[in-house]
Amino acid sequence: MDDLRRSPLHDIHVQLGARMVPFAGWDMPVQYKGIIAENKAVRGKLGVFDISHMGQVFVSSDTADVASAWLDSILTNNVAKLKIGHGQYTLLLNETGGVIDDLIVYRQTDTDYFLVVNASMVEEDVRWMQEKLPASDVVLTNCSDDFAGLAVQGPEAVTAFQSMFDGAGQLPERFCMSTIATDNGDVIICRTGYTGEDGFELFCASATGPRWWQRCIDAGATPAGLGARDSLRLEKCYPLNGNDLAPDRTPLEAGLAFAVDLHKPDFIGRETLIRQKTKGLHRRLVALKQTNKSPPPRPGYVVFSGDEEVGTLSSGGVSPSLGCGISMAYITSGHNKIGTVLEVEIRGKRFPAEVVRKPFI
Amino acid sequence: MNVPDALKYTESHEWIRPDEGGIVTVGITDYAQQEMTELVYVELPDVGQQFSAKDEIAVVESVKSASDIYAPVSGEVVEVNEALADDAAIVNNSPFDDGWLFRLKLSNPSEIDYLMGAEAYTSRIS
Repeated sequence: MDDLRRSPLHDIHVQLGARMVPFAGWDMPVQYKGIIAENKAVRGKLGVFDISHMGQVFVSSDTADVASAWLDSILTNNVAKLKIGHGQYTLLLNETGGVIDDLIVYRQTDTDYFLVVNASMVEEDVRWMQEKLPASDVVLTNCSDDFAGLAVQGPEAVTAFQSMFDGAGQLPERFCMSTIATDNGDVIICRTGYTGEDGFELFCASATGPRWWQRCIDAGATPAGLGARDSLRLEKCYPLNGNDLAPDRTPLEAGLAFAVDLHKPDFIGRETLIRQKTKGLHRRLVALKQTNKSPPPRPGYVVFSGDEEVGTLSSGGVSPSLGCGISMAYITSGHNKIGTVLEVEIRGKRFPAEVVRKPFI
Repeated sequence: MNVPDALKYTESHEWIRPDEGGIVTVGITDYAQQEMTELVYVELPDVGQQFSAKDEIAVVESVKSASDIYAPVSGEVVEVNEALADDAAIVNNSPFDDGWLFRLKLSNPSEIDYLMGAEAYTSRIS
């Protein structure tokens, strides 16, 4: 426990009485008042999450388009198509098409790119990218330790932004970013999130993190922890790396074809994806909804169709919005059609669950 | 933290209330429900099932995790709290009263003597 890293907002969480848990090597708040209430605050009004554990990586080149061409050789989506100030969801794959990480890449200028990566994967991503760096002209800098991060999420995010920034800058459009100069230093604002609600992520110098947190609270945000964050993203079927994404699962199996540009001439992992696309997928990540009263579905539970084992849950829980058990599972092709009723085995008993359209809400 | 004097307690945070006729009522303590956070599901044994002390007898589940509940004493299940099927949060709101889990008919009444009193349990959780 001693070597857990602490966010710049750690003291605030402790003062608020948060329940702290180890997550990706960090000591992070899983909840303050309660996961269900925090989920509902984000869906109905506004929540703020500490995302200081996430990684920030800058990639730049001296010459225009050199960095983007390199990023396009290691990421699945199309960086060249990004306009300045725009971002896209994308994946970093291994040589066999499996997922190392999912991330968002933004084009700041024609020579500068900003990547936001998962906390648990910062070191591995950076090591992998460093190994793939061309001999010259592309510089990669891991600035994860310099930033505090806050995710401000909920239908009142726009109003909150206005009161927090008081005319100092404009809220970028969806999936865009901007850097705003303020009396608390420069902050990077990204109009993205992991909850399915409108909102933005704010990255600021670590030392100013507590002040920005307080501004979020003053703007009406409810502190929300990792537990609520997990339930919110699962309700929207956003994959969680380590659960729903893994080095032996491809983005096509995970249903992320929208973030893969197979028209690009080459990128690491492309061959496997082309083969899967031609020959068909053996399994797919589906959304399952418990149809009867059942214990909460949890990762690792096995899914059956009659006597046949057809998959394993990669994420699961009770949806605070729906009040029933929801999960995602990699299911053998043929059993993945919308409307198929399968069974989830929980402590030796089986409970029916229907394959439903993503997202759950 | 509420630890009623009249009850007996286990190391694993169940409480036991001796009732009439060799029957005990069992639940989880205020401390346990706070640790487990918001409960969303309670799986109870069937009436008529026999358990030995320390057997896994029930499961309570929060949004984040599932926790086993152990039979504090040996006996037969004579009643379960049906209300929890519709609202597991009763255990959070009223752990010592409306949130009771099940009743056991003791097969070995002397086992009660080995359980902790309120004072010992209070020092266990402090």
